Amino acid sequence: MSYDDENSHALLPSDPALRVKSLETILTEKGLVEPAALDAIIDAYQNQIGPKNGAKVVARMWVDAIFRDEMLRNPTPLLHDMGFLGRQGEHMVFVENTDKIHNVVVCTLCSCYPWPLLGIPPGWYKSDSYRARTVRSPRDVLAEFGVEIPDEKKVRVWDSTAEIRYLVVPQRPAGTEGLDESTLASLVTRDSMIGTGFARVPSP
Amino acid sequence: MSPVHDMGGRLGYGAVDPKDNESLTEPWHAKVLAVTLAAGALGKWSIDESRHAREMLSPVDYCRFSYYEKWLAGLTNMLLACGVVSRQELKSGHADTHSELAGRVLQAKSVGSVLARGNPYQRSKNLGKFKVGDPVRSRKTQGNIIVKGGHTRLPSYAAGVEGQIIRCHGTYVLPDTNAHGLGENAEPLYAVAFASSDLWARASNHHDDVIVDLWQSYLEFA
Repeated sequence: MSYDDENSHALLPSDPALRVKSLETILTEKGLVEPAALDAIIDAYQNQIGPKNGAKVVARMWVDAIFRDEMLRNPTPLLHDMGFLGRQGEHMVFVENTDKIHNVVVCTLCSCYPWPLLGIPPGWYKSDSYRARTVRSPRDVLAEFGVEIPDEKKVRVWDSTAEIRYLVVPQRPAGTEGLDESTLASLVTRDSMIGTGFARVPSP
Repeated sequence: MSPVHDMGGRLGYGAVDPKDNESLTEPWHAKVLAVTLAAGALGKWSIDESRHAREMLSPVDYCRFSYYEKWLAGLTNMLLACGVVSRQELKSGHADTHSELAGRVLQAKSVGSVLARGNPYQRSKNLGKFKVGDPVRSRKTQGNIIVKGGHTRLPSYAAGVEGQIIRCHGTYVLPDTNAHGLGENAEPLYAVAFASSDLWARASNHHDDVIVDLWQSYLEFA
C-alpha cells in the first residue's frame, strides 16, 4: 500500500466525532458497513469482553495446580474451552509474579493488549508516557500507580512487539485460603493483570 | 533518530496518569473501534498494514492526535490507498457508487464468531535455530532492512544489544514483509531478555530486565 497523500484523512471534518460519522455514512452507503454490526462490536467490548474474563482465569490458576501448570505450558486449548480466545488474544502467554519477580506489560510501538481477557486498554496504557517510560524506568511508572517493588526483587517488563499477548498472574493475597474461586476472582483487578497493581486484599 | 511511534525509552514525558482509566471515553472512540474492525473484515489489509498506516501519519499528526484519531486517520488513508473510497466521497461525505466489496460486509450476526476466531499469526510450531539460554545480539540496523522506510517491530532501543533467548514461540508471520504486500515469510519468533543495565545508561536497578519479542532475522549469535 502506498500513501501518495498522507493527509487524505484531512478531507474529512476536523472534529473527530463528525469525522467518524462521515466515514460511517460513506461506508454504509457503499454497502461496506452494516450499522447493526457496529452496535454489536461496541456491545461486545463495552458489555461482554473485559477484565472479568482474565480474573476468572487467574482465580482458577490460584486454586487448581493442574490448571495452573497447563496455563503456563500451553494455554490455547483451555482458553478456547473457556471461550476466552479471540481477536488480539490469539497467542497468549501467562507470566506469574512471585516473591522474586514482578512482571509488567507494555507495548512501546503501538498499544497491543490482550483484548479477550482484559477488554480494550485504558487511556493510560495507550499514553505516550506509559509507552516511553515503562521500559526505561519501570519502577518510577509503578510508583505512579502506588506500586513499590523492593530493590532485591526483579522487575521484568514485557514489550508486546509481536502477536504474543502477555497477561500477568498476580500473587494470591495472604489470608485468602478459605475463599472460593468466584470470590477470589473479585480480588483480581485489571491493573494487577497488567502489572501496575496487586490483587486486592479482602476486606476483613 | 527513531520514528515517532517507536517510543520506548524516549525522554521528556511526565508522569503516567492512572486516573486516565477508561477504555472508550467518548462515544466516538467506540465508533472508531467498530468501524475499523468492520472495515478490516473486508479483508483488504492485514494487521501489519494497518499498524504501518498509523505509523505513516506525519509526526505532527501522530503526536497531536489522540489514540482513536490515529486509528481513524490510518483507516481513512488505507481506504483511499486501496481504492475502497475516493477523495470525492471523503470530501462530500456521501458514497458515489455502491462497492463491489459489499458482498463481504460484516453482518451483525457474525460479529461474535469473527471476534472469537481472531486472526492467528502462527504458521508452524518450528522453534528455529536459537534455543532457550542462547546468548544473542539484536541487529544494529534500525528500521526495515527489506523496504526502505518500511514497517518493522524491532524497537530502536533494543537494536544492537546483547540479550538471551528465554522463550521460543514458534514460527510467526514477519511484519517487515507482510506490511508491504511482500508475503508472510513466517520466521521463528523468540522472547529475548535484555538486562536493563545493557539497555540504559542509568538503569534504576541491576536486577531488572526487558523482554522483547523478536523474529529470527532480527537476531544473531552473540
